[in-house]
Amino acid sequence: MDIRVDRDRCLGAGMCALTAPEVFDQDEDEGLVVLLNARPPRERHAAVHVAAGVCPAAVITVTERGSSTAP
Amino acid sequence: MQHEPSTRPETTRATRTPRTTEVTEPVTLPTQRAAGCPFDPPAGLADLREVRPLARMTYPDGHVGRLATGYATVRSIMGDPRFSSRYELMHYPFPGGPEGPLPPAPVGDMTGMDAPEHTRFRRLLMGRFTVRRMRRLSDRVAAITTEHLDAMERRGPGTDLVEAFARPLPALMICELLGVPYDDRERFQNHAHTLMSMDVSPEDRYAAFVGLEKYMGELVAAKRAAPSDDLLGDLVQESDLTDEELVGVGGFLLAAGLDTTANMIAHGTFALLSNPPQAEALRTDPDLAPQAVEELMRYLTIAHTSVKSALEDVELEGQLIRAGESVTLSLEAANRDPERFPDPDVLDVHRKATGHLGFGHGIHQCLGQQLARVEMTVALPALLRRFPTLRLDVPAEEVPLRTNMSIYGVHRLPVTWDED
Repeated sequence: MDIRVDRDRCLGAGMCALTAPEVFDQDEDEGLVVLLNARPPRERHAAVHVAAGVCPAAVITVTERGSSTAP
Repeated sequence: MQHEPSTRPETTRATRTPRTTEVTEPVTLPTQRAAGCPFDPPAGLADLREVRPLARMTYPDGHVGRLATGYATVRSIMGDPRFSSRYELMHYPFPGGPEGPLPPAPVGDMTGMDAPEHTRFRRLLMGRFTVRRMRRLSDRVAAITTEHLDAMERRGPGTDLVEAFARPLPALMICELLGVPYDDRERFQNHAHTLMSMDVSPEDRYAAFVGLEKYMGELVAAKRAAPSDDLLGDLVQESDLTDEELVGVGGFLLAAGLDTTANMIAHGTFALLSNPPQAEALRTDPDLAPQAVEELMRYLTIAHTSVKSALEDVELEGQLIRAGESVTLSLEAANRDPERFPDPDVLDVHRKATGHLGFGHGIHQCLGQQLARVEMTVALPALLRRFPTLRLDVPAEEVPLRTNMSIYGVHRLPVTWDED
């Protein structure tokens, strides 16, 4: 799994930080998304997909790699 | 896009047939809730969602636009920049409103702006409402909650939960956060209420707007003169907003904080008391609170309706929406869509309701949602645990419903409990 975020279009709703707090945060001043881990372990994948799906500005892109690279 | 003739009657409800139903007559927006169903969307929305999740709709002023009721449709339009939120492009969907397009949004009213105007305000504010910042307020929310529950207990059984608990908690919090003296509430609470009403005359609405503006104008001037350590104070000192914009956005934030979570706390309590096993589940396991809150947001969808306007011709679900058409989005129907939420008409605090549209979707998704979550997550279990015998003090059908408000809920919630 490879994650990218588009901070230019982020609206600071916080849905990612709420849904997958081990992977996403918001910076203290601006509230913009902060990606804590672009390649989270497998047990976080489900939450990451939910977070990407509920982002109101659709700024989270998740790319799945071959399953052989997963831990 | 071809308009295929309908081959089946509208009443056939087995499957969705959006492509075959577009040529049927425009509908009007269902607004009447069925008697005895205070938690369900107006009757008629569910049938529409099943056969015509994107229907042509005749607006009260004669405009023919659309009505979206399906979850996928509503969500996709809310996230689509080809649909504008500017009031001056919109027709009002409820009876008794203004004819023709609405007046443009007042300065600082973010819900009536598109990017990039909206982005400018949102970026100034969103760092102040992050998940972490709002969670830091948990202790303060808990303290205010305890104070008000203590006061209820001291006064003894029998109270209006709206006045005693649901309204003051979010009001105190938004006032502290913005830097608005709570003791001034006589000067702004009624104005905010009027602005949220759907059935007031344009004159009364204008008077309320002017009243709130006057109050906020004095407050901003005071903060110019003497810096204060709060959101409005910081905006006065640090942002590039003009005083007119500060007054506008201050009034907007204040009104948005006063009349939203208050209704979720009151109506949420009403829903829980009407579903005792659900109340009991939350009472015995407060860890359920975060997901119970999401489920109540979905089930009640008190911000029930939104409107957008097509900026260009848009093809959607096999239909052509023309530039200039207003599209009414029924968030309450979308959140009861069985294709997205199984058994949607059941309140189930164990449900994973994430993805609901109770806070909206797209660039206008609620700025204060993380504050609302903290308030509800603290307040609802605390209330249930303090008063294990909490119950309605009137028959359910006598609870006055906010059917005339853009935020639904109850005007009053008479409750009582047994003293130990």
